Amino acid sequence: MAAPSLEAPRSTPYRRSTSRRSNYEMYSWLFMRLSGAVLVVLVIGHLFVNLMVGDGISGLDFGFVAGKWASPFWQVWDLAMLWLAMIHGSNGVRTIINDYAQRDMTRIVLKTLVLVALVFTVVLGTLVIFTFEPCPVGPDGAFLEGVPSFCTS
Amino acid sequence: MATETSTRSVVPQGTLYRGREGMWSWVAHRITGLLIFVFLLVHVLDTSLVRVAPEAYNAVIETYKNPVVGLGEAGLVGAVLFHAFNGIRVMLVDFWSQGPRFHRQMLWAVGALWVLLMVPFLVRHLSNVFGG
Repeated sequence: MAAPSLEAPRSTPYRRSTSRRSNYEMYSWLFMRLSGAVLVVLVIGHLFVNLMVGDGISGLDFGFVAGKWASPFWQVWDLAMLWLAMIHGSNGVRTIINDYAQRDMTRIVLKTLVLVALVFTVVLGTLVIFTFEPCPVGPDGAFLEGVPSFCTS
Repeated sequence: MATETSTRSVVPQGTLYRGREGMWSWVAHRITGLLIFVFLLVHVLDTSLVRVAPEAYNAVIETYKNPVVGLGEAGLVGAVLFHAFNGIRVMLVDFWSQGPRFHRQMLWAVGALWVLLMVPFLVRHLSNVFGG
């Protein structure tokens, strides 16, 4: 009585799974949680320094922004916050559009608008942070009105 | 149906996302998220005026210094803090083994933390807005 033998499964050139979906939505889900955890620290820190410390919201003017962006620390902080918050927010709005906009065309148009706003805002904000001049001068070589006091001293 | 309900509590307790705390926190998370996103677009645009001229930026910021915008800012900070703490709650529900069990209690913790931070913030901010 010979032992029964089983053929090896025919696996190789054939895909047994019919699913060819990408993991895009899983990575999107994961990104929301990871970026959210970082944003909690970045945004609450941002609010605390700008609204609670010093003169609070009354102290906000060009000089306040110039004083912060004179330091690479706050440049990197705000750059990270800009990118993460914009991608996190756009992805959240994308989810909301997918949930409530029923017509294909409505979804395409709304999501295109979100993408345009995302690219425009991130590019603009990044350029502003990197090309910021705390002590801008006019064509005559004199400081513009409203520059912070540390420019002239 | 009758026998099915008799084995459970008559008052619906809700699930993670259907009904009661789980659902309403999800609704609030969406609304606050959308609100913050719209504000963020405006916030980056007006801050970009620092690249135009100091006086252009100061002129726009000056128009914000009134009680109506001041109250709006308070509401915005309230929305941000809720979204932040409820976001941590969502992460705990998803990644902590005991998260789904305690999701309702964690929403109360979110509320408590929110009140704890909003009180000192409102004292500071509203005295700035209304104190001149």
